[in-house]
Amino acid sequence: MPAKYEGLDFYNIDAHLTDEERMVRDLVRQWVDDKVLPIIEKHNRAHTFPDELIPEIGEMGLLGMNMEGYGCAGMSNVAYGLACQELERGDSAIRSFVSVQGSLAMHPIHSFGSEEQKQKYLPKMARAELIGCFGLTEPDYGSNPGGMVTKAVEDGDHYVLNGAKMWITNGTIADLAIVWAKLIPQGGTLADGVIRGFIVEKGDPGFSAPEMHGKHSLKASVTSELVFEDCRIPKDRILPHVHGLRGPFSCLNNARYGISWGVLGAAQACFHSARDYALTRIQFDKPIASYQLVQNKLAWMLREITKGQLLALHLGRMKDDGTMFHEQVSLAKMNNVDIALDIARIARDMHGANGILDEYPVMRHMANLETVKTYEGTHDIHNLILGRWITGIQAFF
Amino acid sequence: MKIGVLLKQVPASDSRIKIADPQRGVALDDVKWEINPYDEFALEAALALLDAKVASDVVLLTVGGADTEQRIRDGLARGATAAVRLDDAAFGGSDCLGVSRILAAAVKAEGITLVFAGKQAIDGDNAQVPAMVAELLGWGYVGEVDQLEVTGAGAKAWRAAGGGARDVVEVGLPAVIGCDKGLNQPRYASLKGIMMAKRKKIDVKGAGAIGVDAGSVGASAALVSETNWGEPPARPPGRVLQGDDAARVKALVAALRDEVKVI
Repeated sequence: MPAKYEGLDFYNIDAHLTDEERMVRDLVRQWVDDKVLPIIEKHNRAHTFPDELIPEIGEMGLLGMNMEGYGCAGMSNVAYGLACQELERGDSAIRSFVSVQGSLAMHPIHSFGSEEQKQKYLPKMARAELIGCFGLTEPDYGSNPGGMVTKAVEDGDHYVLNGAKMWITNGTIADLAIVWAKLIPQGGTLADGVIRGFIVEKGDPGFSAPEMHGKHSLKASVTSELVFEDCRIPKDRILPHVHGLRGPFSCLNNARYGISWGVLGAAQACFHSARDYALTRIQFDKPIASYQLVQNKLAWMLREITKGQLLALHLGRMKDDGTMFHEQVSLAKMNNVDIALDIARIARDMHGANGILDEYPVMRHMANLETVKTYEGTHDIHNLILGRWITGIQAFF
Repeated sequence: MKIGVLLKQVPASDSRIKIADPQRGVALDDVKWEINPYDEFALEAALALLDAKVASDVVLLTVGGADTEQRIRDGLARGATAAVRLDDAAFGGSDCLGVSRILAAAVKAEGITLVFAGKQAIDGDNAQVPAMVAELLGWGYVGEVDQLEVTGAGAKAWRAAGGGARDVVEVGLPAVIGCDKGLNQPRYASLKGIMMAKRKKIDVKGAGAIGVDAGSVGASAALVSETNWGEPPARPPGRVLQGDDAARVKALVAALRDEVKVI
């Protein structure tokens, strides 16, 4: 039987957490052990999201947990980060579900919505009675979202949306979508449009959300397209308090923050499995953990996870006291995903041929992290964000 | 109805226990603590009655130092309404009877009419305290309960009676119920519960506050003393039978019949 999971805490980070933060971490860790790990490989094989976990995620209060009011738990961003870490130890799909609901769907309503929108959607979303998704990326506009061609025009007391979004987590199962589109003034062209946020509900005429198939990564997550063909929504579904890319970028920064913690969970799962395997796998009459090359790999993993934890914790404290700026989030997201993916690849290698089997979690995490490296700002885009901060010169185009 | 839950912290069930000193006991410095698993069934039974509005309050009662507060907070986060930590220099070194006297006095002082406890704690495995608390209070006790119905006036409890038979016991309140696995599925805490637990106060009470005679508890009053601690004997190495299949089967049957005497 594999050894029971214990989180790495080489620098006694526990001592810097509040009692509530530790309790949240331990609660989610136990829940992942009990409910996620026994079923996740089955869902990963079947390309299905474990829907049966959704009510429990809501009951625990993980959705929008770092927001105040409207049925949200109002916990610290560090507590939210720790929850992401534990969820992603289970699978990136579970953490993505929670990230999308909280940071990408609830956050824009909470920050940019009308009071009526907040009352209508947030309490039900916190309880998982309504599932949300977030539509920004389009087939031809990924790293360049400002080029989007999805548009909205006024028509009496409605807006009419046309266009398509792609790579939308939770899209097919969502009850509502936060859709970013260019609002075109009467008689104007796409170039005159201003990016605005709209709440599109399942069942709105002209809206469909077909699931995307054929993924080698994040297989236990629902990924969809959102299609708008003369989709009519009432005018009170526009998010009134934000104009331009600031809206979606604010959401992405929150999600990136969660990712910077989440991937440490995947990395620790891989480290744990690799250490366990190295201590029990005998080659040349000794556990492979006795060999210097193997110890070097484990020491490197310990080193990078510990640095990543310190980065995430300090970022969280800055987010909690309001001093964090978005380039700092880019650095943490980029670094922690990068090391998590490398740790997963090296862990896969250390498991030898066994590493490709789903008896071990390493190749599932490795494949998932390829997605995480790309979504919410690719590794390279985050480098460009930092390059602009260092030099003052944008090099995106 | 006010319900009391006897909550004990124990080393996590997967802890590797080492002897610190044969006279003093086991080394607990590196041990991770958790709520005694049977006490989790007790807590859940109480919380279910709170949800059903049969109970108005669920009070956690723990004998121990400040290090037990993390486990008490966990119980509060799941939904217990109050907690009393029983701590006094006079309590140190109590045996099961001493601990039971402390708890019985606290149950009385708190005005509790129904007590849920784990049927035993998984550290000492004595399975004495719940019955002793009931006896000291003059209340009925049903142990090893795995199914329960509580009405205002009494409770009906089911437990395994061996050989697949069921023992059904009716008890009037006040009473103490010793809870076994299978009684329920303990709930997870919620984040809101964790936030609310922060605002709930854990009362710390000593001998005077609960009205227990300090001379009747603690090491000096203990009737049971532990004299020695040791590791279980090392397991003898296994034996690998030699020869072809037929010879090994023959040797195995002979060993089971003549040496182990199980066939």
